[in-house]
Amino acid sequence: MDAIFLQILNGLDKGGAYALIALGLTLVFGTLGVVNFAHGAIFMMGAFCAVTLEKLLTLSVKVKDESVTFFDAYKETPYLELWFGDTGTAIIDWSVPLSIILAVPVMLLIGIVMERSLIRYFYKRPHAEQILVTFGLAIVLQELVKAAFGANPIPQGAPDIVSGSAAVGAIFGLGEAVVYPWWRLIYLAFSLITIGLVFSFLHFTTYGMVVRAGMADRETVELLGINIERRFTIVFGIAAVVAGLAGVMYTPVLPPDYHLGMDFLVLSFVVVVVGGMGSLPGAVAAGFLLGILQSFSSMTEVKDIFPGIDQIIIYLVAVVILLTRPRGLLGRRGVMES
Amino acid sequence: MSNTKIVSPKKDMIFMAILSAVVLTMPLWLQPFGAAYPDLMQKFMIFGIFAIGYNILFGLTGYLSFGHAAFLGVGSYTAVWSFKLLSMNVIPALIFGTVLSGLFALAIGFVSLRRSGIYFSILTLAFAQMSYNLAYSVLTPITNGETGLQLEQADPRVLDRMSGIEADASLPTPNLFGIEGIGYSGFYICAALMLISFFIYLRIFRSPFGLKLRAIKSNQNRMGYTGFSTRPYLMTAFVISGMYAGLAGSLLAVTDPLAGAERMQWTASGEVVLITILGGVGTLIGPLLGAGIIKYFENIFSAFNDTVLLNAFSFLPDWLAHPIASVVGLFVGEGWHLTLGLVFMLIVIFLPGGIMEGISRLSRLLFKREKTEPKSDGHENKEKEQTSAGEV
Amino acid sequence: MSETKLIGNVSRRTILKGSAATTGAALIGGTFPMHFIKNAHAQTFRGDPGSASSVKLGFNVPQTGPYADEGADELRAYQLAVKHINGEGDGGMLNTMKPLELKGNGILGKKVEFVTGDTQTKSDAARASAKRMIEKDNVAMVTGGSSSGVAIAVQGLCQEMGVIFMAGLTHSNDTTGKDKKRYGFRHFFNAYMSGQAIAPVLLDEYGNERRAYHLTADYTWGWTQEESIKAATENIGWETVNTVRTPVGAGDFSQYITPVLNSGADVLILNHYGKDMVNSLTQAVQFGLRDKQVNGKNFEIVVPLYSRLMAQGAGEAAKGILGTTNWHWSLTDAGSQAFVKSFGQEYGFPPSQAAHTCYVQTLLYANACEMAGTFAPWEVIKQLEGFEFDGAGNGPTLYRAEDHQCFKDVLVVRGKENPQSNFDLLEVVKNVPRAQVEYPADMFGGELGPYQV
Repeated sequence: MDAIFLQILNGLDKGGAYALIALGLTLVFGTLGVVNFAHGAIFMMGAFCAVTLEKLLTLSVKVKDESVTFFDAYKETPYLELWFGDTGTAIIDWSVPLSIILAVPVMLLIGIVMERSLIRYFYKRPHAEQILVTFGLAIVLQELVKAAFGANPIPQGAPDIVSGSAAVGAIFGLGEAVVYPWWRLIYLAFSLITIGLVFSFLHFTTYGMVVRAGMADRETVELLGINIERRFTIVFGIAAVVAGLAGVMYTPVLPPDYHLGMDFLVLSFVVVVVGGMGSLPGAVAAGFLLGILQSFSSMTEVKDIFPGIDQIIIYLVAVVILLTRPRGLLGRRGVMES
Repeated sequence: MSNTKIVSPKKDMIFMAILSAVVLTMPLWLQPFGAAYPDLMQKFMIFGIFAIGYNILFGLTGYLSFGHAAFLGVGSYTAVWSFKLLSMNVIPALIFGTVLSGLFALAIGFVSLRRSGIYFSILTLAFAQMSYNLAYSVLTPITNGETGLQLEQADPRVLDRMSGIEADASLPTPNLFGIEGIGYSGFYICAALMLISFFIYLRIFRSPFGLKLRAIKSNQNRMGYTGFSTRPYLMTAFVISGMYAGLAGSLLAVTDPLAGAERMQWTASGEVVLITILGGVGTLIGPLLGAGIIKYFENIFSAFNDTVLLNAFSFLPDWLAHPIASVVGLFVGEGWHLTLGLVFMLIVIFLPGGIMEGISRLSRLLFKREKTEPKSDGHENKEKEQTSAGEV
Repeated sequence: MSETKLIGNVSRRTILKGSAATTGAALIGGTFPMHFIKNAHAQTFRGDPGSASSVKLGFNVPQTGPYADEGADELRAYQLAVKHINGEGDGGMLNTMKPLELKGNGILGKKVEFVTGDTQTKSDAARASAKRMIEKDNVAMVTGGSSSGVAIAVQGLCQEMGVIFMAGLTHSNDTTGKDKKRYGFRHFFNAYMSGQAIAPVLLDEYGNERRAYHLTADYTWGWTQEESIKAATENIGWETVNTVRTPVGAGDFSQYITPVLNSGADVLILNHYGKDMVNSLTQAVQFGLRDKQVNGKNFEIVVPLYSRLMAQGAGEAAKGILGTTNWHWSLTDAGSQAFVKSFGQEYGFPPSQAAHTCYVQTLLYANACEMAGTFAPWEVIKQLEGFEFDGAGNGPTLYRAEDHQCFKDVLVVRGKENPQSNFDLLEVVKNVPRAQVEYPADMFGGELGPYQV
């Protein structure tokens, strides 16, 4: 029972990450009709916003370690600690949550620049060309990050206060032994809130409603004299912010490296397609579904019956769903089926 | 692709003759490019076969498969098993590799072709990733996992033993009745098979069957209304291209008898998509050019290191050579992926039809100047096209 | 179809003429490489520099993909080795290695040059790259690699091609076990040695009543390590609760870690390397495993194969974690000091264990050629087989003739709690003497194959 409860939590946590990435991807597809293979790279760049901020905050006075004579080894004391003492240490400790403040404008800017300078020329081009150009862009972005930060993962710590585990078992009456890391619970809450915000934005603001109207019938909205293109640019920016924030918050779980985006790319596409191309609720539902199934399939009891099932579960589910529900869980007719 | 003209068989034969001449003389004219060594030329041929096969499906029908690497992998594994169990002769390896990949394609195609568009793509991707993940881990007894399936001294090689061919102390080499699969002879084996494959591919392009596939691409519904059932045609195209991939995979094993699981990874499937689009989707010769360029990048650009660069720029004064070498160094050697990414972007942005579009624009520019004014946007790409064409 | 239009402009006659000429040339082109054919002449061999004034070596390392940083460090070490062999720089280990016949004038009087290639950590790409070095650049030796799969694949190729392969970082028992080759040599230690070296330390630190839970990367290297570590720990009285295989590149390991919490195990052994290890260790610590008390004991995590680059990637999580490593820059013997000094002065930071093994391998090959008086691989192999040397950083070392595995001291290290500097991430717990990690040569099976191919 405990094990199953924990696996559900694992699955929700994983699902939260998948859903956030897939949400942005499907938002871009639904509005602009662009298949964006650079979306994973945007996720990765979000994570590197956290890395950059941490590097900035820990700019240090370098005191040479005299015991090492053959090269320059030094002990670093960050300026922040020198200047502000414990306050400085606390700021550095909170660098990951603080990166959100940096990541929002940066990712919005990256998204808008990307859309204005490249993506918009590909609205009417075939999907294959969109895939190729954004794939090229993804490679360029990740290679630039590699040139700047190296290929090794760069660890990012969660703030001390939340680096322990929460006794979730007690809450659900499962005993003291059932604990779960605070940060992962925060990540789950964060993804739910972000998903909620995006949905409220699209459903309860006029701006969002116009965007949704544009997704459904672009021509009519334009005939009404609304500059839908500008709104779609903003939507692309929002998608980049969502992916970027997902990246920032994920850094304490996965130490980021330049290849992070590619690792998530295929997976996020499977999530989007299983959910149904262009369907936001579908993407979210599929994200959580696949996350939970992935967790369950890696339990020893399951693997004893189906060896290697955890290696293929995601794809197996994709095949089954696409064969039983032709357009994914909640897909609309006529999307991507020319 | 509405400009399908009736091309006389005679012209096709001339075309084949020129192609054969160009391919067979590769060891000579690739010399200045540093690419005239057997392994790379074999790769040009093998990935050429893979890409033209892929073009039969993607170029003609528009169905974008992300899972063709699985067929390449099945072809390789089958060929190596044929070497291990039956004979070091390449004939059974090639036949079994191609046929088994075809059967595998039949099974995957049967399921995947129930859907179209991106759903088809994801289905093929899912099958290929499952094959890869399983081959890497739980199927290790068959695939030898991460290391890859290799030949061993103690392999049965039933047919060879029966006909009295015993391996000596060193490992036997795949051969075509004594012609070795490695080195230059291996290149000529690959080249011959590539030319045969290309001829079949040419016939498919020109056949009524090819025409119907194109019709599916332009409007599948309309095809349906006119009473055609498109599924059998799609199925046939899928299986044929799967067999081409299987042949390419078996040839990989012929020239280098080791089959690694990463051959089936999604990036390998992605590579053949890139090759085809880079060269020119739906064009005859484009996929061959694309294969050449990508493999050239992978093998030659990645090998430029700082020392090579400094030598290359040694004619410059020192203070200039170092900064230039370090800037260029970003794009070659360990940075070759960056160049690859940039090339994709530039090609797709400016030449959506791939290199073939570049070449035809260029030829319009050169030959028809007097007739019609060339499109102005041909100008800016001229240089790029020349260099990319020159690398092949 | 534009290409057929183009043809229309060329007369048939010119084509016939042209193709006749070119096919003729092709035939000549085809005959050129005939002298590469196996056994065409007993004295010829691939990579023979002949009368050239220089000899080329091939450095085949991962330049893209997850091990790119490790590959870059290997490449630095190779370049340093080439410098030292050619008599440039301060000579590094040339001053400390014994016996050594290198004179600082290249190999056999020929200046050493090198070519590089990208393995992409894939056996296919690595073999293609090695083939380019052999076929195009005519290298006398290929070296490199940052994964066992790649090393075994390239080693197999080098055996077929008749070119010596000096393996870089490869830790699987198979490299010099069931997949050993006459033309392949490994200086790095292996999973079995890790197990033998770490077991006594584990006994000292954690006692003999422990219950271990293994998470293992689901591929050949992971399995051999799991097998070796399991045998070694069971030997000291530990019980193995469970062994679970994880997909390579899983990223998030939470679904494999939560079952550990309530399994009754009190030690987690991570048979992961590279990014998998960084992720699984970070997440295991995040799940509070290290703060746990099970069976009245502190829960412990062990990472049998450790490296400084990975400790860096895992950051705080690596502190206090035990593991083994082939070599570490803080060693104070003369050979290590000489190497760290020249590497540090050249690049400004200390070398990794991968850099060390690659540097030593290059010197060993060069020295063997010098001793053999020829580049002919079968002669060089005979010099390397059974070669005993000292002063290369791991104490007296033997290149065992039967399986081409080096036997030397192994380090047990621990992630440092209070680093003195930015490179001070591991502390050496124990320098395990060579005698303790030795094993019979036929233990892992395999055939070396012939000297001449």
